[in-house]
Amino acid sequence: MVQKFHPDANSALTGLLFDGMTIAAGGFGLCGIPETLIAAIRDSGVKGITVISNNAGVDEFGLGVLLKTRQIAKMIASYVGENKEFERQYLAGELQIEFNPQGTLAERLRAGGAGIAAFYTKTGVGTQIALGKEVREFNGDSYVMETGLVADLAIVKAWKGDPYGNLVYRKSARNFNPMVATCGRVTIAEVEHLAGPGELEPDHIHTPGVFVQRLIIAVQNEKRIEQRVIRKEVA
Amino acid sequence: MPWTRDEMAARAARELRDGFYVNLGIGIPTLVGGHIPPGVDVTLQSENGILGLGPFPTEAQVDPDIINAGKQTITELDRTSYVSSADSFGMIRGGHINLSVLGAMEVSEKGDLANWMVPGRMVKGPGGAMDLVAGVKRIIVLMDHVAKDGSSKFRRACTLPLTGMNVVDMIITDLAVFERRSRQMPFALMETAPGISADRIRDSTEAFYIGKGPV
Repeated sequence: MVQKFHPDANSALTGLLFDGMTIAAGGFGLCGIPETLIAAIRDSGVKGITVISNNAGVDEFGLGVLLKTRQIAKMIASYVGENKEFERQYLAGELQIEFNPQGTLAERLRAGGAGIAAFYTKTGVGTQIALGKEVREFNGDSYVMETGLVADLAIVKAWKGDPYGNLVYRKSARNFNPMVATCGRVTIAEVEHLAGPGELEPDHIHTPGVFVQRLIIAVQNEKRIEQRVIRKEVA
Repeated sequence: MPWTRDEMAARAARELRDGFYVNLGIGIPTLVGGHIPPGVDVTLQSENGILGLGPFPTEAQVDPDIINAGKQTITELDRTSYVSSADSFGMIRGGHINLSVLGAMEVSEKGDLANWMVPGRMVKGPGGAMDLVAGVKRIIVLMDHVAKDGSSKFRRACTLPLTGMNVVDMIITDLAVFERRSRQMPFALMETAPGISADRIRDSTEAFYIGKGPV
């Protein structure tokens, strides 16, 4: 059996990082983000990265740590409103941004991973998002062409994984992780729990092992909450 | 007396129908969930990947793996399913969501919506708003009638970058309700807040609309 399991993030990243590379990262906000791998990429010092991720973390956490160290040259994202450092670097011209509508971003990752070069969507027709893109009519409605995305490296966070690379996500921490897992030339998963061979129910696997080349146990699972909202109990 | 934010949300909630699948935007639209009429069963969708949103958690129920599209802690229900963001936007783009309630910076008389960007000032990104207005069958906007500088937010044309073209079906402001039966028709003034005259609406609205009363 090919050994997908690595003892730590540095081992899993060996030979994969280079300046100017594209990295796709799973997660929505700070939920379901690969904290362990982000920290190892920060420590590696790799520069000029294009990061594909729905969000850019917050100032001190998530992908925000790679912004702080100026390792990111470009973000492909849908919403970066929680990160002041991002806004500062962008307005100062130090960082490039390509905004994608959230569903378009999710579908571009899915398409890239599934070998689909491009697709047509109504999302963004008549807006800035459609500028410079082909717009085509189908059954009387206008659609804009969007292309699939492929990354040099994809990093995802799963709840459970097994030595074959099969992954199970937990609740809304699934979010972008399944599509990101498919779009990497190499995909590394960090898992909260490593299951033994055969312990994951085959019917319940979200990402089959074919998409995952390397696997580690997540050692950073802070799971910081951005907006802790509590219901007031009515007595 | 202008309507309060809660009254605006309650007015929007009256548009919910039994069995609807509904996506509520961030801000005032989130309040709509607290005003669902008795006997009306709706399933709330959160575009990050939850179908069947529950209420906010108690302290003991907080789970960092369960958050809504506003990144707020939330709970699940007995009907809840979790999906990937691609599947979630498949529901939205594919026309399977009945209704979405969103905030706005500007709406034009042709139903164009601007709610994602102020050039040179606000750099946040569209999030899921463009997908929602492109895919959801019926779009209701909740917004103040006039901006902080007193200018009309319901305008002849939007001055800000668009979120979607010809996508708004109903506008609920703190002063009035406008609606149109189809996206080929003009908006009509349907209701005004208590003590707010049709003339006052006329004076504070730049957009063209047709007169008060059901279309």
